[in-house]
Amino acid sequence: MAQGPYTETVMDHFMHPRNVGEIEDADGVAEVGSAACGDTTKLFLKIKDDRIVDAKFQTFGCSAAIASSSMTTEMIKGKTIKEALKITNKEVMDALGGLPEIKHHCSVMAEDSVKAAIEDYLRKKGRG
Amino acid sequence: MKRVYLDNNATTSLHPEVAASIVPFLEGLYGNPSSLHWAGRDVRIYYDRARLQIADMMHAHPEEIVVTSCGTESDNHAIKGIAYGNSEKGGHIITTAIEHPGVLNVCKYLEGKGFAVTYLPVDGKGQIEPDDVKKAIRKDTILISVMYANNETGTVFPIQEIGVIARERGVPFHSDMVQAMGKIDIDIHSLNVDLASFSGHKVYAPKGVGALYIREGLAIDNLIHGGHQENGRRAGTENVIGIVAFGAACEIVKREMRSEYNKIESLRKRLLEGILERIEDVRLNGHPTKRLPNTLNLSFEYVEAESLLMALDMNGIAVSSGSACSAGSTEPSHVLLAMGIPPEICQSAVRFSLGRENTEEDIDYVLSMVPEAVKRLRSMSPLYKK
Repeated sequence: MAQGPYTETVMDHFMHPRNVGEIEDADGVAEVGSAACGDTTKLFLKIKDDRIVDAKFQTFGCSAAIASSSMTTEMIKGKTIKEALKITNKEVMDALGGLPEIKHHCSVMAEDSVKAAIEDYLRKKGRG
Repeated sequence: MKRVYLDNNATTSLHPEVAASIVPFLEGLYGNPSSLHWAGRDVRIYYDRARLQIADMMHAHPEEIVVTSCGTESDNHAIKGIAYGNSEKGGHIITTAIEHPGVLNVCKYLEGKGFAVTYLPVDGKGQIEPDDVKKAIRKDTILISVMYANNETGTVFPIQEIGVIARERGVPFHSDMVQAMGKIDIDIHSLNVDLASFSGHKVYAPKGVGALYIREGLAIDNLIHGGHQENGRRAGTENVIGIVAFGAACEIVKREMRSEYNKIESLRKRLLEGILERIEDVRLNGHPTKRLPNTLNLSFEYVEAESLLMALDMNGIAVSSGSACSAGSTEPSHVLLAMGIPPEICQSAVRFSLGRENTEEDIDYVLSMVPEAVKRLRSMSPLYKK
């Protein structure tokens, strides 16, 4: 059911978020945003042969932020890191059926979390 | 689905008696109350009675009441009216950091026009110190504006004491009483205020009507210029339906406020105690005792308020995060920040504001829904470590 300013898809991902949690032996982890500013998200990636085999998230934020994180994990699972890096916040918003203008930053946070977690993976890999 | 409305500080439902009071105007009475003929006179009778009812609610004289379109217009009239009327004496205004935007943004606008403004701080309970007002007064201070009760936290301020200080120093004193009205007693003359703002839709009248109390003899400029309505103080054809409804609402306030608010206060206690029993890491924002009987502002730590609001809305429960005027923005509440509350705790603040229609059953329903919603959101939160 669509609710207030949000589409049915946003409310579905908010009420039933996919891939919530942590990955203990994650290959790439990143936390972006800040609780003081209203949203923060932590993304965990399990990567095999440069392909994302699992993704989990934790988000402190509004319903749009939670839905954006949830949708993003669905979009990147199974993708190569090269493909995942190409995903834009616009694509996340489109997949959610749109976000109100003042909530666009939530999808930006989701995109940023993917880039930061992959960078973390590449940094660790480079060291290894 | 059950629906529970706990956002009465944002607006209230129309009281059935208020609704009944406007029926004659929907079914035939249409005259302009300023007209001398029968059509005008028929309406004038209702209009004059409503002004009396509004004045009576706060123990003012009817000539001291100017009907406006809302609380914000009343705030604008009071502050700009004094500022522009007295600008030759200088231009310093004292207000507080926790006012409604209807006051705060008028002061900011006047700062841009060359007026100086002091924004007084509040303590951790959201309380202001009357002594701070005294210290802030300068030779060129033209106005003090302090709200009676805060819309977000429900904290009630020592208006009478501030009024004494203002009067001693001969500085006009305005108070936004929009949230106080109908919830605590207002004896306007004993509160030592010169100007006070009120709004109809917070007390079971429709949106689109408010009032400004102007103490007899106070010099103040008009805000809206035009015709001679409201004794020449506020131009524009009278909002007859609005004022009649507001009058009826004021009469109900006078008759029922005490008994209503004993009931509402006990429901608020039931809600607070129930939440604290069931959920850990909940903070009460605002003063523990000097507060409105209906307002509860709680921070559910590790949970962002908008997500909790939406989760409760899915279960038919209407609450608010911050004030309605700043909802939709992601800025933390200026009221809670001014109280020194850390930003992430401000982001977790939800306001429950009760009203006359709430029942014990409503509260118990809310108590059955909130813990699960908080638990679910905390389980997703990277801040929650338990």
